[in-house]
Amino acid sequence: MAVETKSTQSAHPALNSRRIAQRYAAERRFRFYGMLAVGLAIGMLGLLLVTIVARGLPAFWATHVAIDVTYSQELLDPENTGDPEVIGQANYRTLVRESLQKIFPDATGRSERRALLGMVSSGAPLELRERAMSDPAIIGSTERVWVKTSDDVDTFVKGQISRDVPEEDRRVKDQEIAWIDQLEAEDRLDVRFDVDFFTTGDSREPEQAGIWGAVMGSFFTLIVTLALSFPVGVLTATYLEEFAPKNKLTDFIEVNINNLAAVPSIVFGLLGLAVFLNFFGLPRSAPLVGGMVLALMTLPTIIIASRAALKAVPPSIREAALGVGASKLQVVTHHVVPLAMPGILTGTIIGMAQALGETAPLLMIGMVAFIVDVPGGITDPATVLPVQVYLWADSPERAFVAKTSAAIMVLLGFLILMNAIAVVLRKRFERRW
Amino acid sequence: MSSYLLVALILILAVVGYSMGRSRAVATVGGEAQKLHSLPSYYGSYVALWCGVPALLLVAGWLLAKPMLAEWALRGELDPQTLQSLTSSELRLMVSNIVNLATGNIVSGEPTPEMLRAAEAYQGMEQISQIAMTVVGIALAILGLGFARTRITPTLRARNTVERFVSVIMMIASLIAILTTAGIVLSLLFESIRFFQKVPFSEFLFGLSWSPQTALRADQVGSSGAFGAVPIFLGTAVITVIAMCVAVPIGLFSAIYMSEYAGPKVRATAKPILEVLAGVPTVVYGFFAALTVAPFFRGMGEGIGLDVSSESALAAGVVMGIMIIPFVSSLSDDVMNAVPQSLRDGAYALGATQSETIKQVIVPAALPGIVGSVLLAVSRAIGETMIVVMAAGLAANLTVNPLEAVTTVTVQIVTLLTGDQEFDSAKTLAAFALGLVLFVVTLMLNIVALRVVRKYREKYD
Repeated sequence: MAVETKSTQSAHPALNSRRIAQRYAAERRFRFYGMLAVGLAIGMLGLLLVTIVARGLPAFWATHVAIDVTYSQELLDPENTGDPEVIGQANYRTLVRESLQKIFPDATGRSERRALLGMVSSGAPLELRERAMSDPAIIGSTERVWVKTSDDVDTFVKGQISRDVPEEDRRVKDQEIAWIDQLEAEDRLDVRFDVDFFTTGDSREPEQAGIWGAVMGSFFTLIVTLALSFPVGVLTATYLEEFAPKNKLTDFIEVNINNLAAVPSIVFGLLGLAVFLNFFGLPRSAPLVGGMVLALMTLPTIIIASRAALKAVPPSIREAALGVGASKLQVVTHHVVPLAMPGILTGTIIGMAQALGETAPLLMIGMVAFIVDVPGGITDPATVLPVQVYLWADSPERAFVAKTSAAIMVLLGFLILMNAIAVVLRKRFERRW
Repeated sequence: MSSYLLVALILILAVVGYSMGRSRAVATVGGEAQKLHSLPSYYGSYVALWCGVPALLLVAGWLLAKPMLAEWALRGELDPQTLQSLTSSELRLMVSNIVNLATGNIVSGEPTPEMLRAAEAYQGMEQISQIAMTVVGIALAILGLGFARTRITPTLRARNTVERFVSVIMMIASLIAILTTAGIVLSLLFESIRFFQKVPFSEFLFGLSWSPQTALRADQVGSSGAFGAVPIFLGTAVITVIAMCVAVPIGLFSAIYMSEYAGPKVRATAKPILEVLAGVPTVVYGFFAALTVAPFFRGMGEGIGLDVSSESALAAGVVMGIMIIPFVSSLSDDVMNAVPQSLRDGAYALGATQSETIKQVIVPAALPGIVGSVLLAVSRAIGETMIVVMAAGLAANLTVNPLEAVTTVTVQIVTLLTGDQEFDSAKTLAAFALGLVLFVVTLMLNIVALRVVRKYREKYD
């Protein structure tokens, strides 16, 4: 055969080398497709992250405007009681309006004055109220206060609304732009880091909306998930791996676990709605129910990871322990499970990361409600970070686009943190037997 | 809060029981622990279990049964005439209102004097029940503790009892997986059967029009409610096909590159990055699809004179495809790695180039595994929710045009079930019927895929 090949080669040398060149070209093309595919996938990920970060970064800063507030005695506390309750009931919108009018004395028309007040966040009066209530001595004096602007002014100052757009298509009108320019000229505008974004709950006003409520909701939900799925998952994995006899029942359990791992998450939401809410009558929108649903969802992940970790512990450990007189349970609890713990914890963290990013099942059990208050326990109505992202993404206000991206950045930050912990755990404690 | 306190108290009692049992066991043999049947700590655990478990079970049962008992008791409080005039859902609303009234929450509507009276009675019952639960729970804990303590003798097989208890707990834990599956199947089936009593099965499966708005009043216009799910199934299929058109080539070529060409260094960095694609929350993809990809396709369509809907199936499908790349690539990568080296060496020895080896030897050998991974990816795409909820449309169009808006099974489930709804209208029940279809289809895909992958693995092991 070798001889034959040689003879054909010598018969058509030109043809042969052309064929080889073609084959090599095909080889290079094929290899290039592979690289292209990997590059495309990574490029998509990069594009996704870059757009999110580019959109979200500005949301961590908020435009503030300096107004000179005169806490007038007759408006806040006409009878000079000094009682915070009386002070709290005064009309602080008037206070804001008066301070604004001092800066823009020309704005006299009714609609102009309303537009002027609309430049400042509707949270500004509340801020002044808090200042006056916490320190009644302030009444009668004048101070310069930095309050947030409205979301439209904020987006304009950040350069996301162009001046070139015709006025009727623009959220910020020419008059307001003139005011903003004047404020800027007087050094009354400042873009500052927005701490409120991390400390407040949701709001209908983009400039006042924060993620703390959602973060706490996620925290309580994950606590419930962890408290349920970790013990149950480890017990199940230990039972199946170390104790269970090989029979129909354990086979059935195994098949069930593998199938549950691939059931669409929204089906778990339907289960939660039908069983936990309608049958058991547990509270809607509560982290308790959300945590229970997510626990059922992450259970297969934890069981599968824990079983792999238990399987990796060599039988010699078990035999040695049995040899010195330990009971079966002592072998498992004193030796096998502690040795498998890094692997089990890694699987658990990955399961928790999955649960943290999950949205669909929580929509089913009513965690999409608009909730301003920060939840204080597992039965309070709450929402979670990904659902907050979903809610904000649905809001029409332009400023919510930035808020959504910023919330996504926070969510991704937590996920990266959890996965990093898992990687470190694996690297630090991984043992090759 | 009192229930938490009670549980804490019982746990403290159990800890006390542990140390009591331990010291008692040591005392019975005069400090020579080796004369005991089990280690002293097992006697401690024995007492702690007797002390804690019955009491905690009682408290749990009490708390679970309390809402039902309360409702039953409240019905007794109400006037029989009012009871008869109300439908069951109205009655439920009234009971929950009374409970809200009693606990000081917000009440919908104006409370009647009758409700106020019932609320007061409820408060009284609530207090009695709380006190009774506390007393009985603690009494049971102390009784269990005392009983177990008297049973301690040097020959008591404490270890065996404790170990039997632990293994029973383990068995119960492993049954939860079965219970979950059963819960899913039963809840979906139960509600679906109620749905099919209102809408015939054949209309649901073969009907061509879907508009789940049912009339609130009889004379309302255009809201008779049509529950033909074909447009939804078609929409799901369109988006899934688009997603697979993106995910299969990219995923497969990535897998080929990773397993056959890439050096260990490239592999070690590129593989985890690809896996990140699967770890990004789907709500992020949804946002990306709705805000970046959809306008991009729309603009491109305008550029070449095509009318692309802003909620086009294309945008949702492409982004979903990106999401499932790693599902295709990592499993295909695994199966191609599992192809024995001898097959490669044989092909090289015959003079094949690397790409010829891959195309003619490795991919055919790994084909079952690749098919399995694609099937798993399809099931993932069908069940994916957030991307389509945020980027695909709501209207059920009977079309296969990827530039138009279509809706999917998961989108419909979400829209039918978010917000407060009557729980016995065909509209909400339809969501469960759709859920059942979704569950059955994905389950079958998964079973087939797992079987194919497993069968293939056995061949080379």
